[in-house]
Amino acid sequence: MTTSTAPTTAPQRPARARALLGSVGGQNLSLIGALAAVVVLFGSLDPNFLGWDNIQVIAEAATIAGLLAVVQTVVIICGGLDISVGSQAGLASVVSAMVFTAAGSSAPAGIGSALAVGTAVGLFNGVVIIYGRVNPTIATLAGLAAYKGVAQLVSDGRAQGYVLGDPIFLFLSRGKIAGLPTMIWILILVAAAVHVLLTYTDIGRNIYAIGGNDTAARLAGINLNKYLISAYALSGAVAALAGVLLTARTGSGQPVSGSEGLELQSITAAALGGCALKGGKGGIGGTLLAVALLGALQNGLTVQGINSFWQNVAQGTLLVAAVVIQQRRNRERAVGLPA
Amino acid sequence: MTTPSRSPAAPAHPPGLTAENVGKRFGAVQALRGVDLNFPPGQVTALMGENGAGKSTLLRILTGDHRPSEGRVLLDGEVLDLNSPIDARHAGIRIIPQEPEIIPHVSVAENVYAGALPRRAGRRLDRAELRRRITADLDRLGFAKVLDPDLLGSELTAAQRQLVEILRALTGDTPARVIAFDEPTSSLSEHEVEALFALIERLRSQGIAVVYVSHRMKEIFRLADRIAVLRDGTLAGVADAAETDENDLVRLMVGRDLADLFVRQNVATERVVLQVDGLGTDDVHDVSLTVHAGEVVALAGLIGAGRSELALALAGDAPVRTGTVALSGRRLRLGSPRRAIRAGIGLAPEERKAQALFLHRTIRDNTSLVSLERLRRRRFVRLRAEKDLAQRYADRLRVRAPSIETEVRTLSGGNQQKVVLARWLARRPDLLILDEPTRGVDIGAKAEIYQIIADLARDGVAVLVISSELPEVLGLADRVVVMQNGRVTGELSRSEASEEAVLALAMADDLTTDSRTDHHASTGAQKP
Repeated sequence: MTTSTAPTTAPQRPARARALLGSVGGQNLSLIGALAAVVVLFGSLDPNFLGWDNIQVIAEAATIAGLLAVVQTVVIICGGLDISVGSQAGLASVVSAMVFTAAGSSAPAGIGSALAVGTAVGLFNGVVIIYGRVNPTIATLAGLAAYKGVAQLVSDGRAQGYVLGDPIFLFLSRGKIAGLPTMIWILILVAAAVHVLLTYTDIGRNIYAIGGNDTAARLAGINLNKYLISAYALSGAVAALAGVLLTARTGSGQPVSGSEGLELQSITAAALGGCALKGGKGGIGGTLLAVALLGALQNGLTVQGINSFWQNVAQGTLLVAAVVIQQRRNRERAVGLPA
Repeated sequence: MTTPSRSPAAPAHPPGLTAENVGKRFGAVQALRGVDLNFPPGQVTALMGENGAGKSTLLRILTGDHRPSEGRVLLDGEVLDLNSPIDARHAGIRIIPQEPEIIPHVSVAENVYAGALPRRAGRRLDRAELRRRITADLDRLGFAKVLDPDLLGSELTAAQRQLVEILRALTGDTPARVIAFDEPTSSLSEHEVEALFALIERLRSQGIAVVYVSHRMKEIFRLADRIAVLRDGTLAGVADAAETDENDLVRLMVGRDLADLFVRQNVATERVVLQVDGLGTDDVHDVSLTVHAGEVVALAGLIGAGRSELALALAGDAPVRTGTVALSGRRLRLGSPRRAIRAGIGLAPEERKAQALFLHRTIRDNTSLVSLERLRRRRFVRLRAEKDLAQRYADRLRVRAPSIETEVRTLSGGNQQKVVLARWLARRPDLLILDEPTRGVDIGAKAEIYQIIADLARDGVAVLVISSELPEVLGLADRVVVMQNGRVTGELSRSEASEEAVLALAMADDLTTDSRTDHHASTGAQKP
């Protein structure tokens, strides 16, 4: 039954250049532009901003938010949202330090139990959303409060344990591989794995399909529940990994400090990076660019000694601006609540 | 043709709504050019044309939704400056949209007067006045028996939703002078269509200029005084309905004869593919039917007869309560679309945008989705193989697009439908269910879809087609199964099937089975 497969257009060089440009995408080009503007601005104000040391500082500071932004991207592409990632990271941070101490300074036990707890919490989110039929925003908003509360309860609201005597935690926080800090390697590996998953596997295709049109996805034989619950479980697992890194960076389990506000950062990065909040659109490349942009902005503002309250204002503004631009492109009619 | 002609002589303008040298450009695309067309009062002027021919652009210009790039719009010789649909409404130009806008949680009365509800002091709704007004308007317009003003928006049938739009058009502070109907019958059953036609006749006799956009020939010959055909953004011709026929119109629209649309062949075999026995779900009851390999079976009936529900049940998307379904002799345990697909059943559902397509993904993505299991190696999609597959079916079905990397949302309705068909052809199911495969598709693409169905049957696929267009049912089917109220009311062989016979079975429960729908148009070309 094979008919002729003659392509309608012969591949040509200009076409290839256009394809390259197309694969970068308009959204990403504007992000690269914004990043360049931020770099030029702060670089001219303070030459040290562009130093290798400061770039590493920016990257390390952005790692934890970056990990969360990567999984947030997956959840958003599915058409969901996870506001509880920061609280999950805080809970995992506390668990990792406390189990580490209780198990007689065993890093594998601390890290393993933190990852297990994170995955379980993520699964729980998914089950509440799917089988409890709770809107994802509401379900994870509840999780945001509840998991933070649990972290505060088990830790008594204080930093717990001290892990930097342990070589594994030390390696996570201070170690380097081939000149790059371990933390950055972790972000690169997770981001690359998720990118491959989304782009080159049938799992990724199905994830985009679910977020793009869930009815059509169901009728095409995709098991929606399995995918959605797995996405939330993945979100929990990676949030827990971020929590472990938080413990390693600060030296102890932190129930709240360091993890609060990460949900906003991760959602902002995903939206700036081109994820449609309705689902079905977005990618890891854009999200990572947005993470870099946010990190550079935050670092530049700090270096310039600008009140950190302004950083919250900047972040909120960016999130709204990102969504407004997205909706303008959709040409949605401005009547009633947005779809 | 390029500049608006403002002839200083100012010829006597005809009464009614007039488009004068109207053109519309969207960026580089000239969607409409040089259209001179008059819609006289007291006449029904039908507007026909393939999708993309410019019907909706013209309609939007006439109703104030778009501003023309060239030319002007006049009402009774007076130039209109329409900046918004509200301006058009004030001028007396009303449109009944294809998809009525209904507020679900409020009553019919509040829906009709939404935006101008009667109020008492303190902005409270004046319910007594509202009731008085709706009762008066329903009586005046003769809808008192068909529309209960207390029903909620969410409780209305498709026909009632349309009635609400019509009421909106006919009420209001200025009297209606022009009413445009945009494919009004696409979601109505046959007797609802009759009621709509009676209403349009009345509007005409009241001196209102009626604009009637439709694909359906029979309706147009039934209703229209004049027929205007658009093609590629220009006016291809205007004809008196009495002096033209379907073949002329099709030729005007596409340059091809109507009789050539259907493909006649005899390739049905004796091998049973689908065997349904006593199937019951929440919506269909005790359905039994068979489809053989190479056979095209049409499922006919009125809207709401349970045909789409049966299709969804066979595709695994509705819980089965009773009965059995077997495919090629193997009994199926239905219950999820996944299982149905694996067993060899494919469904191209009724609402292709809502139920089948991923509008922001490419033709390639949309085509390969149900075939990924065959295209992957260790969960990695083999891109080369995927592209070959998508390209092969895009070529075979003649999908018109720059490339298979084009996003599906940019395609016309017909090409979108072809992408849905390509998805299933690539999967090669044993049974393919097509629910309204040519709805909203222009005539050229319709002919191509009929050819695809014929090719499928020749390849030995069992095809079950749901269609609400009787000429299509009769033109396509080897056998017709008719449903009403969730039950099969009869089965007709190709030689037994006629419009009258199908309609009689479709309305078997209604005692009056008069076949009045069908005395006006000549559809000989479509009958077997």
